[in-house]
Amino acid sequence: MHKDTTHIEHYVAPLEETPLAATDSVKEDVQPLSLWGEAWRNLRRQPLFIISALLILLILTVAAFPGLFTNASPDENCLLANSNGAPSAGHPLGFTFQGCDVYARVIYGTRASVLVGLLTTIAVVIIGGVLGALAGYYGGWLDAVLARVGDVFFALPLILGAIIIMQLPTFRENRTVITVVFTLLIFGWPQVARITRSAVISVRNSDFVVASRSLGVSRFSALVKHVIPNSTAPVIVIATISLGTFIVAEATLSFLGIGLPPGIMSWGNDISAAQSSLRSNPSTLLWPAAALSITVLSFIMLGDAVRDALDPKARKR
Amino acid sequence: MRVTRTSKMLSVAALAALTLSACGGGSDESAEGSGEGEANKTAIITANGTEPQNPLMPVNTNEVGGGRIMDLLFEGLVSYDADGNTVNELAESIETEDSQTYTIKVKADQKFTNGEAITAKSFVDAWNFGAAAKNAQLNSYFFESIEGYDEVSAEGATAETMSGLTVVDDSTFTVKLSQPESDFPQRLGYTAYFPLPAEALADPAAFGENPIGNGPYKLDGDDAWQHEVQIDLVANPDYTGTRVPQNGGVTFKFYSSFDAAYADLQSNELDILDTIPNMALKTFKTDLGEGRYDEKAYAGNQTITIPGYLPEFSGEAGQLRRQAISMAINRDEITEVVFSGSREPATEFTAPVIDGYNDSIPGNEVLEFNPEKAKELWDEAEKLSPWPADQTFTIGYNADANHKEWIDAVANGLKNNLGIEAEGKPYATFKELRADATAKTLTGAIRTGWQADYPSLANFLGPNYGTGGGSNDGGYSSEEFDTLLDDGLGASTPEEGAETLNKAQEVLLKDLPNIPLWYQVAQSGWSENVDNVETGWNGVPVYYNITAK
Amino acid sequence: MAGYVIRRFLQMIPVFFGATFLVYFLVFSLPGDPIAALFGDKPVNEAVAAQLRSQYNLDQPFIIQYLLYLQNLVTFDLGVDFSGREVSAVLAQAFPVTIRLALLALLFEAVFGIAFGLMAGLKKGRIFDSTVLVVSLIVIAIPVFVLGFLLQFLVGVKLQWTSPTVGGDAGWSDLILPAVVLGLASFAYVLRLTRTSVIENMNADYVRTATAKGLSRPRVVTVHILRNSLIPVVTFLGADLGALMGGAIVTEGIFNVPGVGQRLYQSVIRGEGPTIVSIVSVLVFVYVIANLLVDLLYAWLDPRIRYA
Repeated sequence: MHKDTTHIEHYVAPLEETPLAATDSVKEDVQPLSLWGEAWRNLRRQPLFIISALLILLILTVAAFPGLFTNASPDENCLLANSNGAPSAGHPLGFTFQGCDVYARVIYGTRASVLVGLLTTIAVVIIGGVLGALAGYYGGWLDAVLARVGDVFFALPLILGAIIIMQLPTFRENRTVITVVFTLLIFGWPQVARITRSAVISVRNSDFVVASRSLGVSRFSALVKHVIPNSTAPVIVIATISLGTFIVAEATLSFLGIGLPPGIMSWGNDISAAQSSLRSNPSTLLWPAAALSITVLSFIMLGDAVRDALDPKARKR
Repeated sequence: MRVTRTSKMLSVAALAALTLSACGGGSDESAEGSGEGEANKTAIITANGTEPQNPLMPVNTNEVGGGRIMDLLFEGLVSYDADGNTVNELAESIETEDSQTYTIKVKADQKFTNGEAITAKSFVDAWNFGAAAKNAQLNSYFFESIEGYDEVSAEGATAETMSGLTVVDDSTFTVKLSQPESDFPQRLGYTAYFPLPAEALADPAAFGENPIGNGPYKLDGDDAWQHEVQIDLVANPDYTGTRVPQNGGVTFKFYSSFDAAYADLQSNELDILDTIPNMALKTFKTDLGEGRYDEKAYAGNQTITIPGYLPEFSGEAGQLRRQAISMAINRDEITEVVFSGSREPATEFTAPVIDGYNDSIPGNEVLEFNPEKAKELWDEAEKLSPWPADQTFTIGYNADANHKEWIDAVANGLKNNLGIEAEGKPYATFKELRADATAKTLTGAIRTGWQADYPSLANFLGPNYGTGGGSNDGGYSSEEFDTLLDDGLGASTPEEGAETLNKAQEVLLKDLPNIPLWYQVAQSGWSENVDNVETGWNGVPVYYNITAK
Repeated sequence: MAGYVIRRFLQMIPVFFGATFLVYFLVFSLPGDPIAALFGDKPVNEAVAAQLRSQYNLDQPFIIQYLLYLQNLVTFDLGVDFSGREVSAVLAQAFPVTIRLALLALLFEAVFGIAFGLMAGLKKGRIFDSTVLVVSLIVIAIPVFVLGFLLQFLVGVKLQWTSPTVGGDAGWSDLILPAVVLGLASFAYVLRLTRTSVIENMNADYVRTATAKGLSRPRVVTVHILRNSLIPVVTFLGADLGALMGGAIVTEGIFNVPGVGQRLYQSVIRGEGPTIVSIVSVLVFVYVIANLLVDLLYAWLDPRIRYA
């Protein structure tokens, strides 16, 4: 059987006569925007991003140059006579239980706290994120091994591990922020790994990933170009909140004698020291906790903005 | 004993014997209480406690959780009244001529709660059991003064009896010490010296779970000890001693924090709490209201030990530095601000409730706050040997108990008054701190403290400062002090002994092997449901006198 | 599917050995001598200490200690702790309480976290969303011991709605308040995870399709948006269960709950190897099983995910 193929004449306007050319033309001399590039262009215009970026800039400045913000030396002149004292000239937020200036301590505590929070979060996201993404994407034995290693780490008691880590020759007489970051990293990465893995698992079967693979994109490129950018949302959430919990966790470790030495000021240390004045002078708790809240808030806002910018669906609206 | 895990700890010695004649104030009330009817006498009192860390065996109980239970379940040869005076209980008499050989007569017709008679043998067997290394009892050290202790306590020793203990007849035994010690009778109210029934020696493990005693209380049945939850004690109807229960029983509820116990106290879920938590120190008087709390100094102190083996603290410069540090600490301010008055500044090395205590021992001005003099002394030491430029003076403490606040306050004071870098050095666990202390690898000072096992000056001085003393963390050794200590122990009367021991303290005030800070004050609170609460010489409430309303 | 589950169960074996070995090694490396610490500040009688060390096998090299532990384990003998108590009895007492506490906390954070997160996500940028953000900030920035103390003081002491502490007979109702305190921090995570996922899924094609099909709004929200948003949330909850069980040290302390967290902490402080290893082994099993359940839930939540 064969088809009857009659030829009908059509009139088609020549390309030059239509306005479509301008619309469809591709500017070949401009670099195509990557997903990340496009996200950045989006991000810059968001008020949420601008506010959070300014806040973070301020916090980082305080952390780097605390001396710019206060004349009081936080370390000296803690006079017991001032214990839990009310605000006075030069001491706008009053005094701690030990008679130290609350304002100066909050300012000087920024560095250690922000360092612990930021470094731990970055380390945890890198290690947990990479391992989780690989496990979720490739599955099979790799997933089994990584997930079970994670299970073992999950079950280790933090305090047991922390005591041991503090005993390592490197840290024994020389505890720094890095010691705390290291401890929190060892116990923090499995959580990020689990979350990343779950996000990757739910994205790896999406139409756009399947499509890109059938278009010949290699397995690994598909992971990097399509799967990971679309799996970031839950990881960002976990990271931004963990930033705060790591800062608080530092306090717990220090309180148990396995964190920062007392000479290093931190919000966490002050928050746990305020415990005993909770009923007589709650303001010693209030200010370091407020500083912590503002930091977490600015990173949560930043996280929200980044997530919005990375989500092409949300963007179109 | 040293103050270990919790800041206020451990005394294990027997509770006060408040005979009607011994305590005028209380006697009327107790008499009244007993006259008001049976209901009050059967009420169960709930008190705070902690899970005993060892089986409930007197010779194996060396911490406060088990100690307060043992004191109620057992009765020794003597007990201590609320002021720390020794009162004869099972002892008919304790006699000696040379402070070295003691003849002890046991009261007749005394029984354990299982009906077994208490005889001289009950003591001798128990002490031999406790001393023998193969039985691995933690209190074995308490028998070290008895002749023949070395033979039974050596590693791999086969001897089971100490040659110094002899049973004369059913009611008499003699104790020979390796050297004269006049305070031996005072020790006999301590947990380690309680008598044991034959059952205990036959199966110590089972006994440790279900002890059979002879004290004012006994366990309420086989499952009285609900691990990590509580232990139920009921009055022992056959008890004939001086510590007669005025209630039907005591239930110790185990708490892992005083804060939780305090919350229970406020809602009348707990009747008596022996320690007010830090968080409530400023508010507890208004929280509880008048007549529901008590403050009393007891036989414990807090000190800082600066090891003599640290190069900066050796020799004459070291001595000057220790004096400077001592005078740079504002004890009055710290006890007032940090402890809300729940400590008393120390004036010597023991504690005020102890017989022979003297608050004006010559040389004790070194324990007074004097920043100018402190700085002077420090500068003088600098001339002899300069303090290493970037070195921080640290005070080690165990972070698993409440010490951070006062350590920080002391360190801040040193910073301000001496112009040196000083800070606390937390150890995560008590055992880490002890490991460094016993291995003599400390790099700075550490917090130390002592709570008396029995009310005696020598109990404070011997173990802490005697050459080779069991708790002599700083490695202090002074011939002059040792001689005075021995003389004091060998003195024929306690008064004479006290005088000599206080002379020995003059040596300590000069050398300052450790720096006395303050004496412990017990602060206790009670619920609306109980009355007649008093604190004993060791800071533990006198449980048997408490009555229900 | 069955094959997958069986494989996962088989994986427990190396995990168990790995975890116990690692934990035993860590306990072995703990600084300080647990036997010497038993004497408090009293002089350590070396003969007594030696006797105790051999009683607890502490005089053996590490590998022998570990093998002895495994050997006893075969006969279900978990050893004794320093107070002479069977470790199996310790576990039998602590775990039931802790499991109740952890499940209640999980329920609390799941129900309230997902509900509030869903509402906040649907009303992104509105006043409810901001309120919820502030609440989660408070929960993050104020440590458990403060929140726990405040709630205990308010509910237990002032209002007297419940007993301020739990104690021995820890029933479900006694554990509600501690469970809320315990679950608060994770509540913030669940809430924000749900919110973000909901926001992301609201614009997904299948949601638009479902709406276009004429499905009712509640149905679109619950069946399409919520179900597809739950994968990270469920993952978090599964991983959190073990943390709630083993890490409740502070909460258990405040409310005097005789649970696993406190016990584990005390054992670490004292260096009681057999107790620590036994508790951790149980926790590992909890993790492995919880994570298996979570993985199986993925397939139900998102039919595109399959297990072979």
